[in-house]
Amino acid sequence: MTTPVEQETSEVEEVGAEDKPWLTVVWNDPVNLMSYVTYVLQKIFGYSREKATRLMLDVHHKGRAIVSSGSKEKVETDVAKLHAAGLWATMQRDS
Amino acid sequence: MRGWRRRGEQIVAEVDRQEAAILRGLVGQVLDMLAAREEDAPEDPLAELTGIKVGPSTAPDDPILSRLLPDFHRLDDDQPTKEDLDSAAALRSLHEPELLAIKTGVAQTVMDTCPPDGGEIALSPEQADAWLSAINDVRLALGTALDVTEDMPDELPEDDPRSSHLGVYHWLTWVQESLVNAVSS
Repeated sequence: MTTPVEQETSEVEEVGAEDKPWLTVVWNDPVNLMSYVTYVLQKIFGYSREKATRLMLDVHHKGRAIVSSGSKEKVETDVAKLHAAGLWATMQRDS
Repeated sequence: MRGWRRRGEQIVAEVDRQEAAILRGLVGQVLDMLAAREEDAPEDPLAELTGIKVGPSTAPDDPILSRLLPDFHRLDDDQPTKEDLDSAAALRSLHEPELLAIKTGVAQTVMDTCPPDGGEIALSPEQADAWLSAINDVRLALGTALDVTEDMPDELPEDDPRSSHLGVYHWLTWVQESLVNAVSS
Protein backbone atom coordinates (compact mmCIF):
# COMPACT_ATOMS: atom_id res chain seq x y z
CA MET A 1 0.00 0.00 0.00
CA THR A 2 1.39 3.37 -0.97
CA THR A 3 -0.03 6.84 -0.83
CA PRO A 4 -0.72 8.17 -4.33
CA VAL A 5 0.95 11.55 -3.84
CA GLU A 6 2.70 11.60 -7.21
CA GLN A 7 -0.43 10.46 -8.98
CA GLU A 8 -2.34 13.35 -7.52
CA THR A 9 0.10 15.95 -8.70
CA SER A 10 0.19 14.57 -12.22
CA GLU A 11 -3.59 14.66 -12.41
CA VAL A 12 -3.75 18.41 -12.01
CA GLU A 13 -1.20 19.04 -14.76
CA GLU A 14 -2.51 20.32 -18.04
CA VAL A 15 -2.85 17.87 -20.86
CA GLY A 16 0.34 17.71 -22.84
CA ALA A 17 2.44 19.26 -20.09
CA GLU A 18 4.16 15.98 -19.34
CA ASP A 19 5.54 15.88 -22.89
CA LYS A 20 7.52 19.03 -22.29
CA PRO A 21 10.84 18.33 -20.68
CA TRP A 22 11.84 20.31 -17.64
CA LEU A 23 15.21 21.94 -17.04
CA THR A 24 17.32 22.16 -13.88
CA VAL A 25 19.08 25.53 -13.72
CA VAL A 26 21.97 26.39 -11.39
CA TRP A 27 22.50 30.13 -10.82
CA ASN A 28 25.70 31.94 -9.98
CA ASP A 29 26.10 33.13 -6.41
CA PRO A 30 29.04 34.83 -4.72
CA VAL A 31 29.57 32.24 -1.97
CA ASN A 32 29.76 28.78 -3.51
CA LEU A 33 33.31 27.74 -4.38
CA MET A 34 34.12 26.76 -7.97
CA SER A 35 35.80 23.55 -6.76
CA TYR A 36 32.80 22.68 -4.56
CA VAL A 37 30.26 23.27 -7.35
CA THR A 38 32.28 21.00 -9.65
CA TYR A 39 32.46 18.32 -6.95
CA VAL A 40 28.70 18.50 -6.28
CA LEU A 41 27.81 18.21 -9.99
CA GLN A 42 30.06 15.15 -10.31
CA LYS A 43 28.62 13.56 -7.23
CA ILE A 44 24.90 14.20 -7.86
CA PHE A 45 24.81 13.55 -11.60
CA GLY A 46 27.80 11.26 -12.05
CA TYR A 47 29.29 13.69 -14.60
CA SER A 48 32.94 13.47 -15.56
CA ARG A 49 35.24 16.07 -14.05
CA GLU A 50 35.49 17.74 -17.49
CA LYS A 51 31.72 18.05 -17.94
CA ALA A 52 31.17 19.20 -14.35
CA THR A 53 33.93 21.81 -14.73
CA ARG A 54 32.43 23.07 -18.02
CA LEU A 55 29.00 23.49 -16.40
CA MET A 56 30.53 25.18 -13.34
CA LEU A 57 32.36 27.65 -15.61
CA ASP A 58 29.10 28.39 -17.45
CA VAL A 59 27.47 29.18 -14.11
CA HIS A 60 30.42 31.38 -13.18
CA HIS A 61 30.76 33.28 -16.47
CA LYS A 62 27.22 33.28 -17.90
CA GLY A 63 25.37 33.48 -14.58
CA ARG A 64 23.54 30.18 -15.06
CA ALA A 65 23.76 26.73 -16.59
CA ILE A 66 21.28 24.00 -17.37
CA VAL A 67 22.69 21.02 -15.49
CA SER A 68 20.01 18.41 -16.20
CA SER A 69 16.65 17.92 -17.91
CA GLY A 70 13.82 15.43 -18.10
CA SER A 71 10.43 14.74 -16.58
CA LYS A 72 9.04 17.08 -13.94
CA GLU A 73 9.58 14.43 -11.24
CA LYS A 74 13.22 13.85 -12.22
CA VAL A 75 14.06 17.55 -12.32
CA GLU A 76 12.23 18.15 -9.04
CA THR A 77 14.42 15.48 -7.41
CA ASP A 78 17.56 17.01 -8.95
CA VAL A 79 16.70 20.48 -7.62
CA ALA A 80 16.05 19.04 -4.15
CA LYS A 81 19.49 17.36 -4.16
CA LEU A 82 21.19 20.58 -5.29
CA HIS A 83 19.42 22.52 -2.52
CA ALA A 84 20.68 19.98 0.00
CA ALA A 85 24.21 20.68 -1.24
CA GLY A 86 23.61 24.44 -0.92
CA LEU A 87 23.59 25.32 -4.61
CA TRP A 88 21.11 27.88 -5.89
CA ALA A 89 18.99 25.76 -8.25
CA THR A 90 15.54 26.19 -9.79
CA MET A 91 13.43 24.30 -12.34
CA GLN A 92 11.58 25.56 -15.38
CA ARG A 93 9.80 24.25 -18.44
CA ASP A 94 11.83 24.04 -21.61
CA SER A 95 10.44 26.86 -23.74
CA MET B 1 44.63 23.80 11.24
CA ARG B 2 47.04 22.94 8.46
CA GLY B 3 44.40 21.62 6.09
CA TRP B 4 42.75 18.29 5.36
CA ARG B 5 44.61 15.29 4.03
CA ARG B 6 43.76 11.78 3.03
CA ARG B 7 44.86 8.88 5.26
CA GLY B 8 43.73 5.66 3.64
CA GLU B 9 39.94 5.84 3.42
CA GLN B 10 39.79 8.63 5.95
CA ILE B 11 40.04 12.40 5.61
CA VAL B 12 41.86 13.91 8.57
CA ALA B 13 42.85 17.27 10.04
CA GLU B 14 43.80 18.72 13.41
CA VAL B 15 42.04 21.68 14.93
CA ASP B 16 43.09 23.67 17.96
CA ARG B 17 40.67 24.62 20.72
CA GLN B 18 39.81 28.02 19.25
CA GLU B 19 39.18 26.64 15.76
CA ALA B 20 36.96 23.91 17.19
CA ALA B 21 35.01 26.52 19.16
CA ILE B 22 34.48 28.66 16.04
CA LEU B 23 33.35 25.68 13.94
CA ARG B 24 31.03 24.29 16.60
CA GLY B 25 29.66 27.73 17.46
CA LEU B 26 28.76 28.61 13.87
CA VAL B 27 27.38 25.18 13.00
CA GLY B 28 25.38 25.32 16.25
CA GLN B 29 23.86 28.64 15.17
CA VAL B 30 22.78 27.12 11.85
CA LEU B 31 21.24 24.22 13.79
CA ASP B 32 19.28 26.70 15.93
CA MET B 33 17.99 28.53 12.85
CA LEU B 34 16.91 25.28 11.19
CA ALA B 35 15.16 24.16 14.40
CA ALA B 36 13.30 27.48 14.62
CA ARG B 37 12.13 27.10 11.03
CA GLU B 38 11.00 23.56 11.71
CA GLU B 39 8.83 24.82 14.54
CA ASP B 40 7.11 27.15 12.07
CA ALA B 41 5.77 24.16 10.13
CA PRO B 42 2.00 24.11 10.01
CA GLU B 43 0.26 21.77 12.44
CA ASP B 44 -1.29 19.05 10.39
CA PRO B 45 -3.33 16.29 12.03
CA LEU B 46 -3.13 14.32 8.78
CA ALA B 47 0.66 14.27 9.01
CA GLU B 48 0.38 12.49 12.36
CA LEU B 49 -1.71 9.80 10.73
CA THR B 50 0.15 9.44 7.46
CA GLY B 51 3.66 10.18 8.68
CA ILE B 52 4.07 12.56 5.74
CA LYS B 53 5.34 15.87 7.03
CA VAL B 54 4.14 19.04 5.36
CA GLY B 55 6.27 22.16 5.46
CA PRO B 56 5.31 25.82 5.15
CA SER B 57 4.31 26.99 1.67
CA THR B 58 6.00 30.38 1.88
CA ALA B 59 9.71 31.23 1.88
CA PRO B 60 11.27 32.33 5.18
CA ASP B 61 11.31 36.11 5.76
CA ASP B 62 14.85 35.86 7.08
CA PRO B 63 17.34 36.30 4.21
CA ILE B 64 19.75 33.70 5.64
CA LEU B 65 17.10 30.97 6.00
CA SER B 66 15.70 31.94 2.65
CA ARG B 67 19.14 31.33 1.07
CA LEU B 68 19.50 27.98 2.85
CA LEU B 69 15.99 26.93 1.77
CA PRO B 70 15.53 28.31 -1.77
CA ASP B 71 12.39 28.30 -3.92
CA PHE B 72 12.03 25.71 -6.68
CA HIS B 73 11.30 28.40 -9.29
CA ARG B 74 12.77 31.85 -9.93
CA LEU B 75 10.22 34.17 -8.34
CA ASP B 76 12.32 37.33 -8.17
CA ASP B 77 11.36 38.49 -11.67
CA ASP B 78 9.06 41.51 -11.80
CA GLN B 79 6.00 39.39 -12.33
CA PRO B 80 6.26 35.72 -11.56
CA THR B 81 3.33 33.83 -13.10
CA LYS B 82 0.58 32.54 -10.86
CA GLU B 83 1.46 29.05 -12.04
CA ASP B 84 5.06 29.43 -10.82
CA LEU B 85 3.94 30.95 -7.52
CA ASP B 86 1.48 28.13 -6.85
CA SER B 87 3.95 25.47 -7.93
CA ALA B 88 6.77 26.93 -5.79
CA ALA B 89 4.45 26.96 -2.76
CA ALA B 90 3.42 23.34 -3.32
CA LEU B 91 7.00 22.15 -3.92
CA ARG B 92 8.25 23.97 -0.83
CA SER B 93 5.71 22.38 1.49
CA LEU B 94 6.44 19.00 -0.06
CA HIS B 95 10.27 19.17 0.06
CA GLU B 96 11.19 21.54 2.89
CA PRO B 97 10.82 19.04 5.76
CA GLU B 98 13.33 16.69 4.10
CA LEU B 99 15.70 19.53 3.25
CA LEU B 100 15.61 20.70 6.88
CA ALA B 101 16.28 17.14 8.03
CA ILE B 102 19.27 16.76 5.67
CA LYS B 103 20.78 20.11 6.69
CA THR B 104 20.24 19.33 10.37
CA GLY B 105 21.86 15.92 9.85
CA VAL B 106 25.04 17.24 8.25
CA ALA B 107 25.37 19.94 10.92
CA GLN B 108 24.94 17.29 13.60
CA THR B 109 27.73 15.24 11.99
CA VAL B 110 30.09 18.18 12.51
CA MET B 111 29.01 18.48 16.16
CA ASP B 112 29.57 14.74 16.64
CA THR B 113 33.01 14.60 15.01
CA CYS B 114 34.61 17.94 15.93
CA PRO B 115 36.20 17.58 19.38
CA PRO B 116 35.12 20.55 21.57
CA ASP B 117 38.62 21.00 22.98
CA GLY B 118 40.39 20.57 19.66
CA GLY B 119 42.40 17.60 18.44
CA GLU B 120 42.27 15.25 15.50
CA ILE B 121 39.23 14.97 13.26
CA ALA B 122 39.09 11.72 11.27
CA LEU B 123 36.18 11.44 8.83
CA SER B 124 34.76 8.62 6.73
CA PRO B 125 34.00 9.62 3.10
CA GLU B 126 30.30 10.05 4.05
CA GLN B 127 31.19 12.21 7.04
CA ALA B 128 33.53 14.29 4.87
CA ASP B 129 30.64 14.97 2.46
CA ALA B 130 28.46 15.96 5.43
CA TRP B 131 31.19 18.37 6.59
CA LEU B 132 31.40 19.89 3.10
CA SER B 133 27.64 20.60 3.07
CA ALA B 134 27.62 21.85 6.65
CA ILE B 135 30.56 24.22 6.14
CA ASN B 136 28.94 25.40 2.94
CA ASP B 137 25.72 26.16 4.84
CA VAL B 138 27.68 28.20 7.40
CA ARG B 139 29.43 30.10 4.57
CA LEU B 140 26.06 30.75 2.89
CA ALA B 141 24.71 32.07 6.19
CA LEU B 142 27.75 34.27 6.90
CA GLY B 143 28.03 35.32 3.25
CA THR B 144 24.39 36.46 3.27
CA ALA B 145 24.78 38.26 6.60
CA LEU B 146 27.99 39.99 5.41
CA ASP B 147 26.53 40.71 1.98
CA VAL B 148 29.55 39.07 0.37
CA THR B 149 30.22 39.80 -3.30
CA GLU B 150 32.32 37.90 -5.80
CA ASP B 151 35.07 40.51 -5.75
CA MET B 152 35.04 40.84 -1.95
CA PRO B 153 38.44 42.10 -0.77
CA ASP B 154 40.45 40.00 1.69
CA GLU B 155 40.11 42.77 4.23
CA LEU B 156 37.62 45.55 4.73
CA PRO B 157 38.42 48.98 6.17
CA GLU B 158 38.74 48.77 9.96
CA ASP B 159 35.71 51.00 10.51
CA ASP B 160 33.52 48.58 8.56
CA PRO B 161 31.49 46.64 11.15
CA ARG B 162 31.86 43.50 9.01
CA SER B 163 35.66 43.49 9.00
CA SER B 164 36.24 41.15 11.97
CA HIS B 165 33.66 38.62 10.74
CA LEU B 166 35.10 38.60 7.25
CA GLY B 167 38.25 36.93 8.55
CA VAL B 168 36.19 34.01 9.84
CA TYR B 169 34.39 33.78 6.51
CA HIS B 170 37.69 33.65 4.58
CA TRP B 171 39.05 31.02 6.99
CA LEU B 172 35.97 28.84 6.42
CA THR B 173 36.44 29.28 2.67
CA TRP B 174 39.97 27.95 3.04
CA VAL B 175 38.81 25.04 5.25
CA GLN B 176 36.19 24.07 2.68
CA GLU B 177 38.54 24.40 -0.30
CA SER B 178 41.07 22.22 1.48
CA LEU B 179 38.38 19.62 2.23
CA VAL B 180 37.15 19.56 -1.39
CA ASN B 181 40.73 18.97 -2.53
CA ALA B 182 41.23 16.17 -0.01
CA VAL B 183 38.03 14.30 -0.91
CA SER B 184 38.68 14.65 -4.66
CA SER B 185 42.29 13.48 -4.39
